[in-house]
Amino acid sequence: MSNSLENLEQSFQDRIDRGEKIEPKDWMPDRYRKTHIRQISQHAHSEIVGMLPEGNWITRAPSLRRKVALLAKVQDEAGHGLYLYSATETLGITRDELTEQLLAGKAKYSSIFNYPTLSWADIGAIGWLVDGAAIINQVMLTRTSFGPYARAMVRICKEESFHQRQGFEIMLTLCRGTEAQKQMAQYALDRWWWPCLMMFGPPDAESTHTEQSMKWKIKLKTNDELRQQMVDQTVPQAELLGLTIPDPHLKWNESRGHYDFGEIDWDEFWRVVKGNGPCNKERLEARRKAWEEGAWVREAALAYAEKEAERTAVSAAV
Amino acid sequence: MNDQQALYQYLLLLGDSPMILGHRLSELCGHGPSLETDIALTNISLDLFGQVRNYFQYAAKVQAEGKSEDDIAFLRLAHEHRNVLLTEQPNTDFAHVIGRQMFFDTFHQLLLEALRDSKDEQIAAIAHKSLKEVKYHTRFSSEWVKRLGDGTAESHRRMQDALDHLWPYAGELVQESPLEKQMKQQGIGADLEQIRPLYWERVNAILREATLEVPENSWFQAGGKKGIHTEHLGYILSDLQYMQRAYPNMSW
Repeated sequence: MSNSLENLEQSFQDRIDRGEKIEPKDWMPDRYRKTHIRQISQHAHSEIVGMLPEGNWITRAPSLRRKVALLAKVQDEAGHGLYLYSATETLGITRDELTEQLLAGKAKYSSIFNYPTLSWADIGAIGWLVDGAAIINQVMLTRTSFGPYARAMVRICKEESFHQRQGFEIMLTLCRGTEAQKQMAQYALDRWWWPCLMMFGPPDAESTHTEQSMKWKIKLKTNDELRQQMVDQTVPQAELLGLTIPDPHLKWNESRGHYDFGEIDWDEFWRVVKGNGPCNKERLEARRKAWEEGAWVREAALAYAEKEAERTAVSAAV
Repeated sequence: MNDQQALYQYLLLLGDSPMILGHRLSELCGHGPSLETDIALTNISLDLFGQVRNYFQYAAKVQAEGKSEDDIAFLRLAHEHRNVLLTEQPNTDFAHVIGRQMFFDTFHQLLLEALRDSKDEQIAAIAHKSLKEVKYHTRFSSEWVKRLGDGTAESHRRMQDALDHLWPYAGELVQESPLEKQMKQQGIGADLEQIRPLYWERVNAILREATLEVPENSWFQAGGKKGIHTEHLGYILSDLQYMQRAYPNMSW
């Protein structure tokens, strides 16, 4: 028995090593299933919670063009959430169950969304930096082993890179604008820079999932490698904008061929992960409110659909 | 008012209701009762703002004072807005959102169908393009009225409550203002006299099918078309105009 399970696991791993995709109906180790439910739903929750900080500026967007773009962007995120929940459902769990896990605080979402959006420039900074960091993660995931997740990522990445360009363009407009606008952009960068670097997770030495995740191709690079990539790609962009990255230790290292950067405040990271960031309570409260206040609507839709099905059955019988 | 001023005012009247309703819907983005309804309502909001941009870009051209669509959207005072009071009604619950939408969409579709024949080619073109979107809005909101009206006891009660609240605001859409009369006579505007019976017929049919009672009250609130609004509008504008007021004369 254990021998045949080992064989199954071995041939499963062989498939992944050969670069084959694992599909929902294929046999998979229980841990693989659980890990994927956890990770994909976490990703879906991040999309949904992520709608809130940006949604905060829709009604106050400074122009019609920006308003429409922001509405469309937040709507895209809802679409990504929907898509990712569906991918998770292929693993044998319902969207309702996943939502309950989120609201009960059992499932996590990206900590970055526990920070507040305090000015219009934050919308630019989120697009530029948060989406920029997300893309680095997600491009890697287009090559992950679980088919539905990899395919979702291909589609999502296309839209995310559009969002990122949009965010950068907001920043560029501000930086070419008045002193007040440029200052708004700088303040936004000051607040979002470090939390964005934290998005890649704890340093490799402390990361618990890295080794297994690499075997399953959920990860192809380590947290620190991805973080370095983020810093390297963002510094020239900040220079182009004429903004100062709030890190006195940031410096090009010729021998490494990378930028060196300062120490991340990991206490802050863990504090926010554990629920004590500036907006953790507000974000979950907003999701809980939407879910609870929407209950009667979802019930009504279900009841009506049942009545309609009955009516169709009766008229078919006549 | 000369013809050009009248046309400008009429474009505001056409654009302001979608703008204020689009704003109300945009407040809900990320807070809907399900992801599907969230996406659908945001989509309607997006369509409406797209139409607003078409009207206001044209209005700016007609006005010929070098203003932009954003000047028109963000820099008018409350009494210079021409939207109907219905569109200002708050997102009290999903039934109110759907009820407000159903009244507006039902009217909006009839209005656009009429405006396709406008002598003003630009208005006719905007109407033609918008109609495709609004037909979808009408289907969405009328189906939801039925779902809520004929769903559970709670949804029926909530939908009826919403309807009772919104009913006094449902008539202004089809009450002809002097400006609309003038534009109708010029062959530019829609004929609300013709739209009115169709509007009530369609609304009543939807409510009947949704097993809802048509409220008896036949007295309607009005004033929006001449700039007299509810207390809600001031708050809507303080959000809508915040950036343009706090940071005047900048590009975004």
